[in-house]
Amino acid sequence: MSLDTATVRRVASLARIRVEEDELPRLQSELNGILGWIEQLQAVNTDGVEPMAGGGTQALRMRADEVTDGGIQDKVLANAPDRAGAFFAVPKVVE
Amino acid sequence: MDSIFDLTLAEARDLLVKRDLSAVELTRTYLSAVEALNPRINAYITVTAEAALEQAKAAEAALAKGEAKPLTGIPLAIKDLFCTTGIRTTAASKILGNFVPPYESTVTANLLRDGAVFLGKANLDEFAMGSSNATSAFGGVENPWKRQNSDAALVPGGSSGGSAAAVAARMALGATATDTGGSIRQPAAFCGIAGIKPTYGRVSRFGTVAFASSLDQAGPVARTVEDCAILLGSMSGFDPKDSTSADMPVPDFAAACKRGVKGLRIGIPKEYRLPGMPAEIEALWQQGIAWLKEAGAETVDISLPHTQYALPTYYIVAPAEASSNLARYDGVRFGLREDGVDLKDLYERTRRAGFGEEVRRRIMIGTYVLSAGYYDAYYLKAQKIRTLIKRDFDEAWGKVDAILTPATPSAAFGRDEKRDDPVAMYLNDVFTVTANLAGIPGLSVPAGLDAQGLPLGLQVLGKSFDEETVFAVGRAIEQAAKFTATPALKAAA
Repeated sequence: MSLDTATVRRVASLARIRVEEDELPRLQSELNGILGWIEQLQAVNTDGVEPMAGGGTQALRMRADEVTDGGIQDKVLANAPDRAGAFFAVPKVVE
Repeated sequence: MDSIFDLTLAEARDLLVKRDLSAVELTRTYLSAVEALNPRINAYITVTAEAALEQAKAAEAALAKGEAKPLTGIPLAIKDLFCTTGIRTTAASKILGNFVPPYESTVTANLLRDGAVFLGKANLDEFAMGSSNATSAFGGVENPWKRQNSDAALVPGGSSGGSAAAVAARMALGATATDTGGSIRQPAAFCGIAGIKPTYGRVSRFGTVAFASSLDQAGPVARTVEDCAILLGSMSGFDPKDSTSADMPVPDFAAACKRGVKGLRIGIPKEYRLPGMPAEIEALWQQGIAWLKEAGAETVDISLPHTQYALPTYYIVAPAEASSNLARYDGVRFGLREDGVDLKDLYERTRRAGFGEEVRRRIMIGTYVLSAGYYDAYYLKAQKIRTLIKRDFDEAWGKVDAILTPATPSAAFGRDEKRDDPVAMYLNDVFTVTANLAGIPGLSVPAGLDAQGLPLGLQVLGKSFDEETVFAVGRAIEQAAKFTATPALKAAA
């Protein structure tokens, strides 16, 4: 599977990364280089093999569904690039 | 004692407790080394000299009262991936260039609890993505080691290159590091020091900037295996704030170093003998086998048949998880913001300006392999092969107690080498990445020098939650190797 320019543009948009038109050819060739190398995995027979999702062997713990912290609004907002009162501020989304 | 810099962490600790060494003097001495060497080596992104001296004074007071904890007064470098309250934490990325965490990672909280002194935040590849430290937004790190008769700058490895270089150059007694595909073990090998990636779940990931959550694991780098054991003991432990943290007791790792290897069965996996591998690496591996036999271990030839697929599997799993983890850097809640005409434009401009080239590349690979229509062919396939890689190890543990391999396929390389081909750079992790995929512990121990005088490491792999055997084998290699060489650039008193 080889990525065409349109797919590279679409993936960049999905990843929310701006890519300039003149960067596309190089990016396309790098991504295809990596994907071409990964392609060797298709040769492995994985019939009936369960996927391994996590790094640990233990089942994830359950915990009570309750608030364990809170009341730290100032800390949460401390690094905000822009804020309006107690809120994060962004450009207008809804007209 | 010739020089304070010759002391290992364990030796310095003994002298501190006996009051033959002042904690303030020790920290001052290390800070002077940082001041002298950091402008060239660039091992630290942020130096916290004042805070370190305050911590050293508190340590001195505790020692005077006979209240020593496991690391009281020990000066450490903290990889700039661990959040530290009130101290800028950058992940070596522009996007977090001004981020000041209002909370402490569990690893650093544990080290502070045990009395450690933090000299500063160590340089790394951006978001821990890299094998040479070249991707840091704060500039590369220079390996303190030099090829004979050459002053050319070599890479310290990565991603924990700042941590490894700081320890090797005597700019810290030990350091925290993290390892997603080899980021503790490869720089440790390149810088002639020891480093261990423990079992997944042994060390809490809370407050450590995430790269690939099912692979990331923190561990120490230090000048000796025993020093690593002491540091890992403090870093480890159950943490309710990390859902994958193992609720298991922490063994006495330092005691395990002294166990010896008599009667242990050490696996030698034939798949780690790569075509075109330098003869020196093969020779060092054979030397390691001979050392362990002399120390009373038995070696067993084993097969880990899916080894060759580990690296490409990793380069699906890790970018996929990274693309998801790094979605949080959107210019809204923290970090860099680049304004745009609308919200999507703000996201795209922020992430274009804030992430470096390699990080953007990996996010895009990850986005692609998770996207509709490709998920099964790439991501699910990789997860299944990950099961096969883990199964290889599970079967090996029926025959052996630990596994011995080379740590890296080469010694440290020059700054300008391997720059233009991402895949060539990825091959650095060919021997280390299997441990991350299987979740098992791996230790890199300095074992010799190549013909150009650069350090080479051997790797010991062990069963899940059996770091003790890994430490015992690592210590046996260390004792046999008698690795006493030191780098060209290092602090001297």
